[in-house]
Amino acid sequence: MKQYRDAEVISAEQLAEGIYSVVLQAGEIAAQALSGQFVCVYSDDKAHLLPRPISICDTDREAGTLRLVYRVVGFGTDELSRKKAGDYVRILGPIGTGYEQVAEGAERPVRVLIGGGIGIPPMLLLAKEWSEAGYEVHTVLGFRNRDTFLLHDFWKYGYVHIATDDGSVGVHGTVVDAIREEKIITSDNAFTALIAACGPMPMLRGVANLAKEQGVPAYISLEERMACGVGACLGCIVKTRDVDEHSHVHNKRICTEGPVFNVKDLML
Amino acid sequence: MNTSVNLAGVTLKNPVLTASGTFGSGMEYSEFVDLNRLGGVVTKGVAVTPWEGNPTPRVAETTGGMLNAIGLQNPGLDVFLQRDMPFLQKFDTRIVVNVCGHSEEEYVEAVARLADSPADLLEINISCPNVKEGGIAFGTNAAKIEEITRAVKRVAKQPVIMKLSPNVTDITEMALAAQNGGADAVSLINTITGMKIDINRRTFALANKTGGLSGPAIKPVAVRMVYQVAQKVSIPILGMGGIACAEDAIEFLMAGATAVSVGTANFHNPRVTEEIVAGIESYMTRNRVEDINELIGCVK
Ligand SMILES: Cc1cc2nc3c(=O)[nH]c(=O)nc-3n(C[C@H](O)[C@H](O)[C@H](O)COP(=O)(O)OP(=O)(O)OC[C@H]3O[C@@H](n4cnc5c(N)ncnc54)[C@H](O)[C@@H]3O)c2cc1C
Ligand SMILES: Cc1cc2nc3c(=O)[nH]c(=O)nc-3n(C[C@H](O)[C@H](O)[C@H](O)COP(=O)(O)O)c2cc1C
Ligand code: FES
Repeated sequence: MKQYRDAEVISAEQLAEGIYSVVLQAGEIAAQALSGQFVCVYSDDKAHLLPRPISICDTDREAGTLRLVYRVVGFGTDELSRKKAGDYVRILGPIGTGYEQVAEGAERPVRVLIGGGIGIPPMLLLAKEWSEAGYEVHTVLGFRNRDTFLLHDFWKYGYVHIATDDGSVGVHGTVVDAIREEKIITSDNAFTALIAACGPMPMLRGVANLAKEQGVPAYISLEERMACGVGACLGCIVKTRDVDEHSHVHNKRICTEGPVFNVKDLML
Repeated sequence: MNTSVNLAGVTLKNPVLTASGTFGSGMEYSEFVDLNRLGGVVTKGVAVTPWEGNPTPRVAETTGGMLNAIGLQNPGLDVFLQRDMPFLQKFDTRIVVNVCGHSEEEYVEAVARLADSPADLLEINISCPNVKEGGIAFGTNAAKIEEITRAVKRVAKQPVIMKLSPNVTDITEMALAAQNGGADAVSLINTITGMKIDINRRTFALANKTGGLSGPAIKPVAVRMVYQVAQKVSIPILGMGGIACAEDAIEFLMAGATAVSVGTANFHNPRVTEEIVAGIESYMTRNRVEDINELIGCVK
């Protein structure tokens, strides 16, 4: 069951230039949240009506807390970044279908988690879950430059590989370049690998091509402008290869059937 | 205290309905709202065959409102009747089916196929600004409105509400055309055509370039139009446009609407419809209003 409620800010900090982290007391939402799902964050300002979808970066089920990591890009994220411990934020969640849909199991133990820019945070909870499940977790993170974030958190869960646009840290290039150069997925291990990715569309297309070329199943997390966040407005669709069961046309709702999809089902 | 109203011969337990396209067929919001508390649920527009809708981005936020160009994506009437209608029938609320079409024939066919369905009322959308054929092309032409209303009325078994566009010079002319065509009620307003430019990407915020503006930003326009239409027609009005709280709903009733639809506000607060029902009741208690019908059109 989704909940619509005020959540108390437990702590808030800046992680890098423009990148912030907030921990919210969210009770049931935190208890139910699965990796890949997100929450809608609402502005206190009535002139900004629509929800801001933000992925669940981490949870502490017992404490009932939820961690969000986000980049300030406009009004809503700026407002959120000014909140301090003790303030409240209106949220709705947990929303969407996350990585629980991954059908593959122990036959694909090499789990390659790819995050680009602000697509990095949602990979953290997944890295935690998959390392706890005993999989070999490789996280491949793409940053612009040496202003990185969340590395200490990812180091707890398997191998971490880095790519930067300017070459200041790790591989000079894209996450796909890093996967090739560091031989994370090769023709020798491709049959045991599985990809999960979140990031900008050009990166996701690159990942989809790599997955196809190597015959590796890939699940990707998509972004789209949202109005309702609950599947009612049909604002947030992605084109699908086949007719969708719910919509009866070639559209799936990113907020409901997604945001995580098996790439083979999509028209990217 | 009486909160029930009579909309075109159908009794609603209270005057609060949902606005088409913002509430699906009620299923998604039933997690947050007790649908039994609502006067009625107005469904997303449905056509005889499935429609794919427009490319994305389909929505954009604007100050105090939003633009949408969904393009009437819908699963078609067969799926609607098999899946969505039985869901809505489980609740003690009125079912208002919103109908869209590309041509007069498609509207007539949809209405004919709904004749023996459990729908209590039909709302005919001749005012969608986001589709090329049908929609607004019909809704801005008085002669065409009268013709479609007449054609639809010939086959309809339920009362027919014609949904009007605000994108016209004189909305009362359109309302009169619907009344002349035999409409049992009119609903207004649909969205106001608008545009937003994304200055960072140097392109339109919506893939469709233009979209329909809704939300609190359009409320004064909607109240004005409801008032003007109420002065000219004798059929009841279903009023909407920017309603976000009980006070907003009461403004529409006073301007002459018999009932109201709540749309964009659901996106900001999924419980808002039920809160508006409760808010109207407490307004009535505070102001010693025995019968809600005293408020309808009380401002002249
Ligand atoms: C499923 C999902 C998960 C996301 N997870 C994260 C995350 O974990 N961390 C993070 O930093 N960002 C995330 N985003 C992007 C985030 O939603 C936007 O950056 C945010 O909405 C911007 O709001 P704003 O008010 O600051 O910007 P503004 O530009 O002022 O926003 C204006 C409107 O556009 C919408 N909007 C702007 N950018 C986006 C976008 N990229 N995607 C969807 N809507 C947008 C806003 O919600 C708002 O309605 C996610 C997006 C989606 C769809
Ligand atoms: C996302 C969205 C989808 C809509 N879809 C429809 C539709 O299918 N049929 C229709 O008649 N009106 C549709 N509308 C218009 C609303 O029913 C309503 O007339 C308008 O939004 C004004 O009310 P509001 O300001 O309360 O949202 C839609 C509006 C929105 C925002
Ligand atoms: S945001 Fe409304 S359907 Fe996804």
